[in-house]
Amino acid sequence: MSEILFTIDAKEVKATEGMTVLEAAKSIGVFIPTLCHHEKLEPYGACRICMVEVETGGRTRIVASCLYPVEPNLVVRTRSQTIDKIRRVLIEEMLAHAPDSVQLDELAKEYGADRDRFEKEPSFCIHCGLCVRYCAEIKKKNALGFIDRGARREISFIPKLAAEECWNCKECFELCPTSALQAAYVLAQALSPV
Amino acid sequence: MPRINSPGELEAVRREIESQADRAKPCVLICAGSGCIASGAAEVIAAFRAEIENQGLAVDIGTKGTGCHGFCERGPVVVLYPEEICYLQVKPEDVPEIVSKTLKGKEIVERLVYADRATGEKASRESEIPFYKNQQRHVIGSNVRIDPKSIEDYMALGGYTALSKALCDMTAVEVLGEIKKSNLRGRGGGGFPTGRKWEESRNAPGDIKYVIVNADEGDPGAYMDRSVLEGNPHSVLEGLIIGGWAVGACQGFVYVRQEYPLAVENLMIAIEQATEYGFLGQNILGSGFDFKVTVHRGAGAFVCGESSALMTAIEGKAGEPRPKYIHTAIKGVWDRPSVLNNVETWANVPLIIARGADWFTQFGTEKSKGTKIFSLVGKINNTGLVEVPMGTTLRDIIFKVGGGIPGGRKFKAVQTGGPSGGCIPESMLDLEVGFDELSKVGSMMGSGGMIIMDEDTCMVDVARYFLDFLADESCGKCVPCREGIRQMLKILTNITQGKGKEGDIERLEELAEVAGYAALCALGRTAPNPFLSTLKYFREEYEAHIRDKKCPALSCKELIAYYIDPNKCRACMTCSKQCPSNAIDGGKNRIHVIEQDKCTKCGTCFEVCPSRFGAVTKISGAPVPPPIPEEARIITRESKQK
Repeated sequence: MSEILFTIDAKEVKATEGMTVLEAAKSIGVFIPTLCHHEKLEPYGACRICMVEVETGGRTRIVASCLYPVEPNLVVRTRSQTIDKIRRVLIEEMLAHAPDSVQLDELAKEYGADRDRFEKEPSFCIHCGLCVRYCAEIKKKNALGFIDRGARREISFIPKLAAEECWNCKECFELCPTSALQAAYVLAQALSPV
Repeated sequence: MPRINSPGELEAVRREIESQADRAKPCVLICAGSGCIASGAAEVIAAFRAEIENQGLAVDIGTKGTGCHGFCERGPVVVLYPEEICYLQVKPEDVPEIVSKTLKGKEIVERLVYADRATGEKASRESEIPFYKNQQRHVIGSNVRIDPKSIEDYMALGGYTALSKALCDMTAVEVLGEIKKSNLRGRGGGGFPTGRKWEESRNAPGDIKYVIVNADEGDPGAYMDRSVLEGNPHSVLEGLIIGGWAVGACQGFVYVRQEYPLAVENLMIAIEQATEYGFLGQNILGSGFDFKVTVHRGAGAFVCGESSALMTAIEGKAGEPRPKYIHTAIKGVWDRPSVLNNVETWANVPLIIARGADWFTQFGTEKSKGTKIFSLVGKINNTGLVEVPMGTTLRDIIFKVGGGIPGGRKFKAVQTGGPSGGCIPESMLDLEVGFDELSKVGSMMGSGGMIIMDEDTCMVDVARYFLDFLADESCGKCVPCREGIRQMLKILTNITQGKGKEGDIERLEELAEVAGYAALCALGRTAPNPFLSTLKYFREEYEAHIRDKKCPALSCKELIAYYIDPNKCRACMTCSKQCPSNAIDGGKNRIHVIEQDKCTKCGTCFEVCPSRFGAVTKISGAPVPPPIPEEARIITRESKQK
């Protein structure tokens, strides 16, 4: 593996090929917020909270650090006016669904997000997919998945599989950034007799 | 049918087909594209076949259902060869007359020929009709002459000679060079240079590579790709095989939406026929090149037209976009180099190879070469498919080819590029259409949809409509697209319902900006464009809705009221009889009054009030005048006084 040199927030970084900007940042102690990221899971790139500015060949782009591969001479900025604005609006959008999430609340304070910017529609789910992906990638059970698309997308347990697998596992509950309320509710609903 | 093993054999077969087809023999060509089929073309074809048989002419006169002719507004379209007499809106009951008078007697049936709606001027040949006269139909022109289910028809027009030239007279690098030289740019959306994409894949490491046709056309009102695939599937296949040769791919995919049944059917037949002749399979035309095509039917998700989502779907997974920090040309389907171009782009390839890049580059502008197919829909006289050289002005497309706006209404804007595009106002009608020109004004070429809007169209409602479409069609994976669209749609809906608040425009702008920066795929990043472009050119309409609760186009239901002008009403009772909610108080010789609390604003009274009275009007942003007192409502008619 060849060594790749670049900078994150003006700090020199040594990374290896195939690493992402997020991994490289972590290795030198630069914090980038994430919501849908989990070390054991494949990068997903859905929450977009980890967006950073990268400069290559004189061109600045805004990319998801959990997916963007490191490259030589990259200049990464993890905070800027634009980045902070993106994070603030994303947090405000997610707070409309999960107003009681501790993680979102902390981020809201850091980025000055207005909890009441958008009308509340508490579904408790921000579609980070951690539960869905953990069940598929680690447990290999696929007991829950996403259904529908766009604004109507939601997570759903498959009743038959859930009845067999879930009561003794519930490992996904721990991962939920919105306090597992949604997963618990949807699971109960899936298992309750019609 | 014999397998063709060399360019020489191809030429021999082509001559054979040509000699069998007597060019002077009269033939009835009936458009069997989806548009004309919907207006009864299948019945017209059956009627022609029966009538020709009945009159004992079956030996002398041929009948053929062809691909889309483009003039969908006046379908079913029938063209009689060799004179090229064109009849429009033909019904089965017209057929006996056409056969007796025109086919037998060489006499024209006047009522079926084109007549200009404004001037009444007639044109009996397709080439004389203004709609066709002002086009340059390189790609869809052949549709008119071929039966899409017949490979021989395609070969008679020189089909598969470009493939023969590419495989047997040119190296793969030369083919790639020709496409690069032609400056062909992708007709599906972004306008990326096709040659560069091919080259990137060709140079990418790996033995297995793919070439793919994107036939997942999904923009509202757009059906260019549908008509090419339905009407001339072999042109797309030929382009794809040539692309496979140039890129070094032995496998092609066609991703076609299941909602295009005729396109799927014709494509499957085309693949079968091309395989029988040996244009697909092993050792094509004796060149040593092997190539096969697999058809993948899409299940109807708009987002699957996005390249990475399409490729994920081909892999058998849910069609969701994935990040493209490494181009799909290098890591696409199953992480292998994959070239994806849309239907129209592929259909241009055989033309460029057969006629040369220099021929292609003489059409168009400096940076946008060749022709482009557009679908004209909305408030336009000649709804249909048109093909014009790049650089043609919007004005020429809409007024010369499209025939202008119906009903004497005024043009307001044209929406181009589908949900990722934008609205272009009247002041920019002289804009020359090209990839960069459209992007510069805040819209885009997209795949070529053009929705024409007149003065009765509310631009805030147009933005709301597109966001509503996208709220359903976003895959929902990333936050800025899913949530951004959801919130934008809510705010826009509120504005059109008179519930807009100060600060709404700024909130929308911020949501749009964040989606533009942060969304995972191009669909999400461009989703705010319908809002941004209407705000840019029609800001005053947004402000009128929010501040004055007024819809200047008199279109948003919640912001208008219907009102009968007592000075104009002649108590004819037309509206009161037809009002579905009995909201009109009136009777014989009594001036009609709309009871506002009962009115559902369906607009029936407005439509049926005789134009000589014009008594029903729409009011927005102002109070409805109080009803006139009962005693003032009686009309005494002069004629009756005598």
